[in-house]
Amino acid sequence: MVTTEKPKYKVVGTRPIRPDGVEKVNGRAEYGADVSLPGLLPGAVLRSPHAHARILSIDTSKAEAMAGVRAVVTSADFPPREGDGPQARDNVLAHDKVLYVGHAVAAVAAVDLHTAEDAVELIEVQYEVLPHVMDVRDAMLDGAPILDATLRTGEPDGSKGDSATNVAQHIHYEKGDLAAGFAEADIVIEREYETTMAHQGYIEPQNGTALWGPDDQIRIWTSTQGLFAVRDTVAGMLGLPVKSVKVEPVEIGGGFGGKIPTYLPPVAALLSRKSGKPVKLTMSRKEVLEATGPTSGTYMRVKMGAKKDGTLTAMEAWLAFEAGGYPGSPVGAATMCVFAPYACANQVIDGYDVLVNKPQTAAYRAPGAPASEYAAECLIDEIAEALDRDPLELRLQNSVKEGDSRADGFTYGPVGHVECLQEAQESPHYQSELSGENRGRGVASGFWFNIGFETSMAAQIQSDGTVPLVMGAVDIGGSRASAAMQFAETLGIASEDIKPHIVDTDSVGFTFLTGGSRTAFANGWAAYECAMDMRRQMEERAATIWDCDRESVRYDDDGVIRGPAAAAGAPQEFTFKELAAELPNTGGGIVGRADVSKTTHGPAFATHIVDVEVDAETGKVEVLRYTAIQDVGTAIHPSYVEGQMQGGAAQGIGMALNEEYIWDDKGRMVNSSLLDYRMPTALDLPMLDTIIVEVPNPGHPYGVRGVGEVPIIPPAPALHAAIYNAIGERMRTLPMSPRRILERTLPDDE
Amino acid sequence: MSDKIIVSATINGDPTDILVSSRDSLLEALRERAGVLGVKEGCNDGNCGACSVLLDGRLVNSCLVMAAEVEGSDVTTVEGLAEADHLHPLQQAFLEDAALQCGICTPGFLVAAKALLDENPSPSEHEIRYWLAGNLCRCTGYDKIVRAVQHAAETLQTTS
Amino acid sequence: MQDLRYAKVSTVDDAVAALQAGGSTARVLAGGTDVIVQARARTRAIDMLIDIKGIDEVLQVAFDADGGLTIGAAAPCYRIYGDADVREHYPALIDCSTLIGGTGVQGRASLGGNLCNSSPSGDSIPAMIVLEGRAEIAGPNGRRTVPVEDFCTGPGRNVLEPGELLVSIHFPAPAPNSGAAFLRFIPRNEMDIAVVNAATQLRFDGDTVSWARVSLGATAPTPLFVTAAGEALVGAALSDETIAAAAAASKAAASPIDDMRGSIKQRKHLSAVYTQRTIAIAAERARG
Repeated sequence: MVTTEKPKYKVVGTRPIRPDGVEKVNGRAEYGADVSLPGLLPGAVLRSPHAHARILSIDTSKAEAMAGVRAVVTSADFPPREGDGPQARDNVLAHDKVLYVGHAVAAVAAVDLHTAEDAVELIEVQYEVLPHVMDVRDAMLDGAPILDATLRTGEPDGSKGDSATNVAQHIHYEKGDLAAGFAEADIVIEREYETTMAHQGYIEPQNGTALWGPDDQIRIWTSTQGLFAVRDTVAGMLGLPVKSVKVEPVEIGGGFGGKIPTYLPPVAALLSRKSGKPVKLTMSRKEVLEATGPTSGTYMRVKMGAKKDGTLTAMEAWLAFEAGGYPGSPVGAATMCVFAPYACANQVIDGYDVLVNKPQTAAYRAPGAPASEYAAECLIDEIAEALDRDPLELRLQNSVKEGDSRADGFTYGPVGHVECLQEAQESPHYQSELSGENRGRGVASGFWFNIGFETSMAAQIQSDGTVPLVMGAVDIGGSRASAAMQFAETLGIASEDIKPHIVDTDSVGFTFLTGGSRTAFANGWAAYECAMDMRRQMEERAATIWDCDRESVRYDDDGVIRGPAAAAGAPQEFTFKELAAELPNTGGGIVGRADVSKTTHGPAFATHIVDVEVDAETGKVEVLRYTAIQDVGTAIHPSYVEGQMQGGAAQGIGMALNEEYIWDDKGRMVNSSLLDYRMPTALDLPMLDTIIVEVPNPGHPYGVRGVGEVPIIPPAPALHAAIYNAIGERMRTLPMSPRRILERTLPDDE
Repeated sequence: MSDKIIVSATINGDPTDILVSSRDSLLEALRERAGVLGVKEGCNDGNCGACSVLLDGRLVNSCLVMAAEVEGSDVTTVEGLAEADHLHPLQQAFLEDAALQCGICTPGFLVAAKALLDENPSPSEHEIRYWLAGNLCRCTGYDKIVRAVQHAAETLQTTS
Repeated sequence: MQDLRYAKVSTVDDAVAALQAGGSTARVLAGGTDVIVQARARTRAIDMLIDIKGIDEVLQVAFDADGGLTIGAAAPCYRIYGDADVREHYPALIDCSTLIGGTGVQGRASLGGNLCNSSPSGDSIPAMIVLEGRAEIAGPNGRRTVPVEDFCTGPGRNVLEPGELLVSIHFPAPAPNSGAAFLRFIPRNEMDIAVVNAATQLRFDGDTVSWARVSLGATAPTPLFVTAAGEALVGAALSDETIAAAAAASKAAASPIDDMRGSIKQRKHLSAVYTQRTIAIAAERARG
């Protein structure tokens, strides 16, 4: 671990057992699907068998008549529509059109799941099947089937296009003089890259339980990355005041961005209103793959120029991303990330958000960046090869540093890309020899912004000095632990004395969703400010007890409250616990609170190294050794920082080598199971070594940058380079599956 | 038409009678009829391992067992691993070694790992990875899980 | 899960009677790792599951040095690969029984179930073909045996007539100087359906290959017994030329489809590669 004059922390940087751990290893933790309520009815959803069709009619009478059925709903059960064009609720229950196979059309609640599933089969839907379009390039052509006749392209200048299109948005960034940059270059290389739709693959399927009371008050339990986002979505779709909806916290079994959108809770709520009972909907794995949001498939062109001395003089990118049935691909982030690690003066970047008849895309870990940075990093590797330069050295030469800016205008503060590259160069992995036939090594870097936004926390001191800490941010992978640790550090007490707790949406201030690598960062800020609020209040209380001037009392970082010497001359002080014990008799308890919304997030960089062996006869890639190096700012709980780096690398490896959506000619996904959507198993990966780099973020009390997103980005381009070094083939389409590699290497006549 | 069947089985050491439908899987019977919620559904077709249980000591996917089949059998889920007052060494190792993030796959991994260590007290890294290949984890990349199983194996060997 | 009933039988006769009474929508339940998935996904109409695991005969794993090996149709994989005699005498069965599904699936799945599911890519079937397996079938008219290579008749289809069930599979005792091996190609290292699988059994007379059987899976509507590949090996010492000839025969015999798991070109190529690779291991085991 690299440490650059790090402050001496007592709690931050240690590895305590996470506060929510015991319940997760003994099976007691309550996830969304575990909710049980008196009278609970299970339900099932009818989904479109067509990729693109107009709904002519829906007849639910047979389903309603079936014994055991308690409610059937369609989009007609939503409040009346306002305005033209598609609305968010149309992806929850289709209105007039279905836009992808798996699009929800109707739902049933019944006495048991088997009955609900039987009833779904009795719903009769008349469709007018329309031509469908699956490929982003086809969707951009004149004459392509149009998904939304009201859609007009949003242009970079804010204007709208004037004709029907599938292109929802065109994004454009530029800086410098691109033509001059290419003119200055000694070499210019342009390549095309493609990626296929890929899923987050969380192990817990979506679920949603709703109880709609006769007083129009709704309680929701659902696996989500944002309790408040669900509340606002449900209230908005159902036309109710926000105060009518309360979302209860449950554990979440993985999300990676895919559990930001709301699918089931509004439907469960409609079923609950109709049946008068609580209703629980859970997705099957097939529904998860076909009807929730994966990340976009893409088509990308990237062009770079460089001087013989290695200076990158010009970079150009053209990125087209599949949005799914409605606008909203992550192409915006992709355009900002594509060249983010490099300080090239002349850049032009264009991005297009394009409707296709595929599931509506959602965020997936560093949304957009794994595709666009894959394209750019692969091309950097080619430039390094063309100039006969070590790929880490070339990156070092061109890396962004403090003060450099991106084409979108953002200027970096202190960032750690250079440090990551240097650590990579010096790592035991890069220093080792790799020998053997069909073996190769590759490296690549990655960048992600990280984000801030609203976060709320409150804490009350118990008389024994322990502190329940309530928060609104969903804990997906250890954020209760990191919040408690930063809170304890600020108070100078043990993290074991903190009991972090995620509460419902009525019981804590508004908190933005868990995603974008914001939670350890923003929770940390909130924990810090909440603890500082308590420190101030404890100073005031001590001053009252000691009957002294408030300014003469100081809460020190060691957790001791010190005041002026007493009359007898002895210094007056309280430990945290001593003062806690005094509180009930000196004016009552103390509640600390904080509501923060910070924009001081710290951009994060990573560099990964991978060794592979390719079976030349089968095209199969075996990952032999892997090292992930990342600037995390400060590692609050190093074990969970390593875990994020390893988990992100594993998802990146999966996306690089085998994971993809495969479609038939009717637009149906043909591999919608965990048998054929091939995520890495334990046997597919080696140990994943980590090197934590700490370049503290000056915009955070403990220097946190956020960890989770970046590590998914470098694996694909690093594997691209390693495969090239092993067998001499540059694979420019993801995944780099055995089938794709073999079809590249086999002679045509075979 | 499906039948209602009373199934008598020993679940985590307790003799239990559950009324099931002939359509129910063991996974459904445990979760919906017996309130044993530590067993999780991830795929319902034997490809994720979240529903792993021991059936008469043998590792199975409870989604691929009909409830009616377990009449007279012994079923162990994650809830049956800990003794009353202390965690199983595997549970302790998963906690100490940060071998879980979201935790949804953890019950299945713990049950599968227990089956492994019952049969092979000191497995190699490869043997652990092979045995656990039917249990998917999407958060950890498996590194810390493999290390936790190795750690628990050492603990079990030094304490037994 | 579709609407179905469950019955457990304790004799073969009762199983036959129950299958006859249940008609085409009654299915045998052994390990359940295919049939329960099909019933739940409603990919085939099933209204009755007949659990045969109360019948001792279908659970046996019995070896006798003269008579060979009998594996009951419902004996799960873990009992097969945990059996010392199978490990010693039939390593090709270890090859396949250790890679069907994950460990949890192997706690239930059986070779008999794999055969009756009759998938073109069934992982145990090529191994059973080269080991000269014979399927013992019980039915309303008594018992009959069918060589494993004749058992499957198409994807998901086989020779079982209404009322019939597979009781066991019998393998002759391995001849001296023989060896067999099974391999499959999958994109991951576990848990996938084979893109191509293959098995070979060889017998040697000195250096000369005196007898050979080669089988391929996932390359045709049924697992293939590739007689031409075996013939290409017999009568000469193993050499690059004979192995290449066998591989070419396999590739010629393969008539795969393009689907989500593999392309025609990939499968044809892998048919040759996996024929070669199983020959090499089988030869090593024969000389072992």
